This record gives sequence, structure tokens and C-alpha cells, in this order.
Amino acid sequence: MLVLLLLLIPLITGLGLFALKNEQQVKTISLLSATATAIIALLLVINKTTIVYDASWMPSIGARFALRADGMAKILCLLTAIAYPLIFAAVHARQYKNSYAFYGLMLLTQVGLTGVFLAADALLFYFFWELALIPVYFLCSIWGGEKRIAVTFKFFIYTFVGSILMLTGLLYVYFHTADQSFAWESFKSVSLAGKEQASVFALLFIAFAIKMPIFPFHTWQPDAYEQSPTAVTMVLSAIMVKMGIYAVLRWLIPVVPMASTQHAHLVIILSVIGMVYASLIAIKQDDLKRLIAYSSIAHIGLMSAAMFTNNAAATSGVMIQMFNHGINVLGLWIIAEVIEQQLGTRKLSELGGLAQKAPAMAILLVVLSLANIALPLTNAFVGEFLMFNGLFQYNVWVMVIAGTSIILAAVYTLNMVQKIIYGELSAITANATDITGNVRLVLVLIVLMIVVFGILPQHLIELVK
Amino acid sequence: MNAIIFSAVLGVLLMFSGIFFSKKSTITVIAVVSLLILFIVNIAENYGLFAITVDTKNLLSFSRFGLFFNSILIAATLIFVLLSGKEIENTSVNTAEYYALIMFVLCGISILTAFNGLLMLFLGIEIMSIPLYILTGADKRNLKSNEAALKYFLMGSFSTGIMLMGIALVYGATGSFDLVSVMNKPGSAGVEIPSFLKSAGYILLFAAMCFKVSAAPFHFWTPDVYDGAPSVFTSFMATIVKAAGFFAFIHLFESNAALLGPSWKILVSFVTVATLLAGNITAVFQQSIKRMLAYSSIAQAGFMLLALFSNNDLAREGIILYAVAYCMATIGFFAVLIKVKDYTFEGFNGLAKKEPLLAFSATIFLLSLAGIPLTAGFFAKYYMLASVIKSGGALWLVITAVLFAAVSVYYYFKVIQAMYFKEGNPEVNAGSAMYRTLLVLLAAAIVLVGALPSIVLNWFYF
Repeated sequence: MLVLLLLLIPLITGLGLFALKNEQQVKTISLLSATATAIIALLLVINKTTIVYDASWMPSIGARFALRADGMAKILCLLTAIAYPLIFAAVHARQYKNSYAFYGLMLLTQVGLTGVFLAADALLFYFFWELALIPVYFLCSIWGGEKRIAVTFKFFIYTFVGSILMLTGLLYVYFHTADQSFAWESFKSVSLAGKEQASVFALLFIAFAIKMPIFPFHTWQPDAYEQSPTAVTMVLSAIMVKMGIYAVLRWLIPVVPMASTQHAHLVIILSVIGMVYASLIAIKQDDLKRLIAYSSIAHIGLMSAAMFTNNAAATSGVMIQMFNHGINVLGLWIIAEVIEQQLGTRKLSELGGLAQKAPAMAILLVVLSLANIALPLTNAFVGEFLMFNGLFQYNVWVMVIAGTSIILAAVYTLNMVQKIIYGELSAITANATDITGNVRLVLVLIVLMIVVFGILPQHLIELVK
Repeated sequence: MNAIIFSAVLGVLLMFSGIFFSKKSTITVIAVVSLLILFIVNIAENYGLFAITVDTKNLLSFSRFGLFFNSILIAATLIFVLLSGKEIENTSVNTAEYYALIMFVLCGISILTAFNGLLMLFLGIEIMSIPLYILTGADKRNLKSNEAALKYFLMGSFSTGIMLMGIALVYGATGSFDLVSVMNKPGSAGVEIPSFLKSAGYILLFAAMCFKVSAAPFHFWTPDVYDGAPSVFTSFMATIVKAAGFFAFIHLFESNAALLGPSWKILVSFVTVATLLAGNITAVFQQSIKRMLAYSSIAQAGFMLLALFSNNDLAREGIILYAVAYCMATIGFFAVLIKVKDYTFEGFNGLAKKEPLLAFSATIFLLSLAGIPLTAGFFAKYYMLASVIKSGGALWLVITAVLFAAVSVYYYFKVIQAMYFKEGNPEVNAGSAMYRTLLVLLAAAIVLVGALPSIVLNWFYF
């Protein structure tokens, strides 16, 4: 029942918001709904057992409304549930026209995301996968930046192509299951011949690779992140990209283990290329949002490489890192949002000297940046250590090349910090003020999580075991 | 049998109602009542209630599947008349005749859902087609409408000729019009090589049926006719008539797939891919939404052809769902389109601001046509894909089909973009309260079927 609430609360409030017109009410209700969901998610995490919910849906084709909250699902549900109230609180001061529709669609996206992480039935999984996409399409196209329509459309078509290929793959597996069922257990125990595995692998992998995204399927991402309203960008990069990684761990590797091992080499090479490539581009970026976007591609590349090393420690590293990366990138986006709102620019070359004007923000940004480089004592360190360890055991040279991205990450992140908070005040930053109220609270919470999970990572590790 | 008799009689009655009632809205009410009667008597036949028992000498056989399909098409016509009755009245002066012609089309459809021999197939196709030629040209003062009607008539007659030739050749080879004896000689396991005469006959029949359902490469008439005909009748032709054509197509070939051997699969997959290609790619480049819908209907036909390819139980279930989903969405979307003055994409700019309800319903219809989950269109496509995968192999065909489905998202979403994301002040007629209620109900039904498709399918199995 608890897992069902995770879906029902945002669904009901999300639909209900469309009947409201008062902006203040809309904001309060959505914040309340998100907080309630977060509390439920926390209760779910405290409960150590795997929680299952199963109801009849379409018996004639063997699809059930089955949810399953095990460690991996829980940690991502927790991420989703924590991120939402933080996002709502951070953008509380911001005015969106037709705010009821904006918040309603945001909550519907949450239903889709949580559903993807919980679904234990392939068809249900596909439903939630699409359900997460449609509201985002409207959110970005209505409230986004200047080039929003074309950019969002590209993003939509990309992911749609992926998801229907995925549907084909899932159907293919479905007809080969022993009991003609979409259940996760049946999918896991399906036995396919080598060639069949290869086809299924290709179909599913393209879908997940587009969503993550890994090189060379990433071209939709920087534009989409840049053009989306920042609240949606936060959802996209903190939570939605994790759908792809999660899906590989849940629906790809267990279903076609043989093909996954066979193609691991290719995937790891692509991921490592993506890591280095995205890091190099990030160094060159002058736009803060694009910089964070490329940095995100680099981090995702490491996760996708690590999960194909077939190494248990690396896999748990991936799971922890999914959570921690979500938290960190959320903090970075909030800073980007604050800067853009206050100063009207995201160009690093036009910023500078904010440490004098906004000391609190500067300190928080430094901590977030250190976490982005995965320094020890920040939350990202443990995950990255486990993943690099896995890559090392897989192949030393892969590890060496991938390792350069750590250095590159330090280059672009510290460069960003330097350009934003140090140096001379420019005409634009001369009137800047420090962060206050909600935003400050949210950032402090995020930094607290970074430090706590950096010093005491064992809780997260235990959760995903 | 009930439906055939009643549709013919009610059609004649409707024709005469024009003499006695001068008010057009009265005639629409009579038409709605007639359609309701037709729907009820058709359902009644399922329970063994017959108006008259006729010995059809095995020319017609009323299967549960056929009757169910017929009920769906009659119900779709009912929804169509309820939504667009006002536009039928406004097309020109002869309202009663239009309804009568629609009734005659339904008579043809009732024969097509029950035919058991090539002769009845021919009769059904003709009874269905001839009223359509007239409906296409219903807007007498519009040159485009006239041109479309003439074109449709000439091309249609030509394809009828081809069909007749095919039937003659098959008859020459087998000496019978009977479907079963024509298609499957008892005792042969499908390994015998059909005589040249028989094969040639099938190929001609196949081509003629492709023409009727506007499958490539016999689709060239479709855009011109759909574009030229008055929009209300385009909606009718593109949905109900096309679905009936598909039923006949599948029924004609379902028992003889093995007879033509592997070349049959090659033939169907070629036509399917060609139809998907021609429909989708050309639709992308259209400026007029009405013309885009004409091409999209070709594209949707390509998807329905997958049922012909896979030819199994799943395909039969699927074609029912497809007919339901496709008819509901297309009729609904046309009902919105008719209310908008300018049929170009720009004409839809800013519709969501001006008429949020119309725009919202239209969005649901478009999402369904594109096959997005939680709409009926998703399960329609799902069943088509599943049936092909189940029939074994042909993964390439499925992948081709889904890639074209992604292309279709492009042009359907262009309409959504115009309505929601672009500024404009479209000229639009908001419609009556009943129209708006019906539109929302239709959209709700699409979502309901999308969440629980077993509603429709269980009804089929009871």
C-alpha cells in the first residue's frame, strides 16, 4: 500500500491542480504533496524488506499492475521524492504563467518517474516510461527558452524512437517467456539463443542509451537542458537520465546477460569516449547551463561504463552514484537558476566577484563543485571510487583513459568556480545580492546531504545490497 | 441479415423523409433514430433474434466476429452523425439524401462483414462504393468536390473492373464463387502449387482490395479525393468505410495465406512497407491539415496491413481494436477540424487559448493516432506489432513499422504545437453544448480504452 501511495499522491494532486487558479494555493499544495511523498519514500527506505504490490490489469495478455520496491528501486524513489520538494522550494519565488498547469504537469512527471522505478511488469514499465515523457514535452515546449519548440521536439522524437524500439524488444522477449507474461520474474528467467539475445540487446540498449544519454546518442541533451525551464532541467538531469541507467540494470542485463557481456566492450568504449569528449567540451563552454549539461554527460558515461564491467562492487557504486549525482547536480542547477534569475545572464565571461557580494552562495557553490569532482569526504567519492575500481579490474587502459576525465572535471569545475565567484566585479554582478529564504535552506540541505553521505556512506551501500 | 434488411429499408425511408419534413434538423434526428434502430437490430442478431430468416445459400455467413465488427462500425457512424450532423445539414440542400446514402453505405458494409463468396464480396464493395462517389461530390458548387467525385468514380470503376476480372479468373480455375472451396481445397496442406489462372485471379483481387483500402502503390486517388470531398464525408470515408474495406480484405485472404506460399508474405510485406513509406513521408510535407490527414490515413492503413501479414488470432483481435481506436480518433479530430475555418497548420495557431476544450480533445485524438500509451491508439498498434512478432521472424518489418510510427509523431505533433505553443487567433466555431460534451466523452473513451483495452475485447468474447 505504501508503494501505491508514492504514485497516488502526486497523481491525484497533479490532476487536481488543473482545477485551481490561485497561484499561491497551487504552490502550497504541490509543495505539500511533494513533501508527503518524500515522507512516504523515507518510510519505505527505513523498511528493509522488499515491498511488492500486485493487482490484476490485463489478464488476457499477461500484463499485471505489479510494483516492486527493492533496494535499487527504493534508492531512486527516494531520490525522486527528495528532489521534488527541493525543486519546488527552490523555484517557489519564480512566477510561471498558468502555474496550475506547470505544477500539475510536474507532478504527473513525478508519477511517471516513480512508476518507472517501481514497475515489475514490462508493459507497465513501458507505460510509465512514456508517461514521464509526455508532460515533460509540454513543460519544455510551453515554459522553455527561445528555441524551445524545435529543441524539445528533437528531444521528444529522439526518446520516442528509442522507446518504441524498446517496445519491440520487450514484445520479442514477451513471446519467448515460458508463461507468456510481462512479469519481471518471467523476463529474468527467459532463455534466448545468442542471436536472439543480440537483437533484443540492440533494441533495448538504443532506447536506454538515448535516455541516459551516452555517446553518440547524446546530441539532444545539451540543447534540451539549456532550453528547458530550470525546474524541468533539474528533473531531467537529476532524475530522468537515471531512468536509462536503472533500466539497464533492471531490464537489460538480467534479461539478456549473454549479449550484455558480449557487447560490454563496445558499450564501455563508447562510454569512455563520451566521458572524455564531454569533459573536453565542458572546458570550452561559456554558458553555465551547457557546462553543467556536458559535465552531466561525463558523469553518466562513467556510470554506464561501470555497470557493464560485470563487477558487483562497481554495480553498487553505480547505484549509489545515481543517487548522489542526482543530489549534486540538483544543487548546481539551483545555483545556475539563482544566477540567471538575479543577473539575467548565464555567461561565465560576464560573471565574476560574486564571493564579495554573495558569500553564502559562494561557499555552497564551492562545496557543490568539490562534490562534482568527487573529492574524498563528499558523497560522490565512494561511488566513483567503486566504479573506477571496477573499470580497473576490467581493463587497466580503459581505467587510465577514463581517469583523465577526473582531471578534466577538476579543470572545468574549478574554472567555473573561479569565473563565477572570484575575480573583479563586472557591471552585471555589481548589484548582486546573496541568496536568502527558501533557496538558501534548500542549498544548505543539499550540502548537508553531500557531507553526511560523504562521511557515512555505509547507509547507502547497505540499502542497495 | 437484420442489418442488411434494415439499413436498406431505413435508407429508403430516410430518402422520403426529405419530402415530408422541411426542417433539416428533424431529418438529422430521424437519421440518428434510424442508426440506433440499426445498431440494436444488429446486436439482436447476436442473440439469435432475426427479423426474417432468409436462406442465403451459403452466400452470406454471419459470424460473431463479423457481427461485432459491424456493430462497431454502426456505432461509429452514430457518433459521427451526432458530432457532425450540423455540417451534413450545411453541406448543401439535399440533407435527406445524404443520410439515405450513408445508410446504403452501411448496407454495403453489412454485406462485407458477412460475405462468404466472391459474388457477395463484389456486391458489398459496389453497394458501399457507389453512394460514396455521390457523397464526394455533394458540394455541387465546389469545383474541387466535383473533380474529386469524378476522379474517385473513374478510379473506383477501374479497380472494380480489375476485381471482377480477378473473380472471373478464380471462377474459371475452380468453378465456384465459394470462399472456402476457392481458397482451401480440402485435403491439401497448402503445398500444392496453384494454377496460373488461380494465382493471377488472386493477384488481381489483391490489387483491387489494395485500391479500396488505399494501400500503396494503389493509393494515389486518396489525397485528392479526401481533400476535395466535403470534410464531413472525408471523415466518414477515411474511417468507417476504410475499416470495412480492411475487414473484407482480411476475411478474403485469411484462409488462403498458405496457398500462395512464401511469395504471399513477400507481397504483403512489400505493400505494407510501401504504404507506410508513401503515407508517412508525404504527410510530413503537407501544409494543409486535411491533406495531412489523408496521407496519415494511408499511413494508418499501412499499420493495419500488418494484420494481413501476420494473419493470426492476435491480428483479428488487433484489427477490432485498431478499427475502434482509429475510427474514434479520426472522427473526433475531423469534428474539430470542421469547426476551424482555416485548414492549414497556421489556422490552428493558438487554438488552445481560444477553445481549450476543443484543443484538449483534439490533442487526445492526435496522441491516440500517434499511438502514445494511455490512449486506445497505443493498444491498436501494440496488437499489430505483437501479432507480427508472434507469427515468427519478420522482426525487420516490425522495426520498419515502429520507425514509421515515430515519423508519424512528427506531423501529428505539429498540430499540437500549433494549438498549444504558437500564438494566433484562429477563426473557430465553438459548437453546441451537446457537441462539446460528446467530444469530451469521446476523448474520455479513448483514454479509458487505452488504460483498459480488455473492455472492448471482453465484449467481443463476452
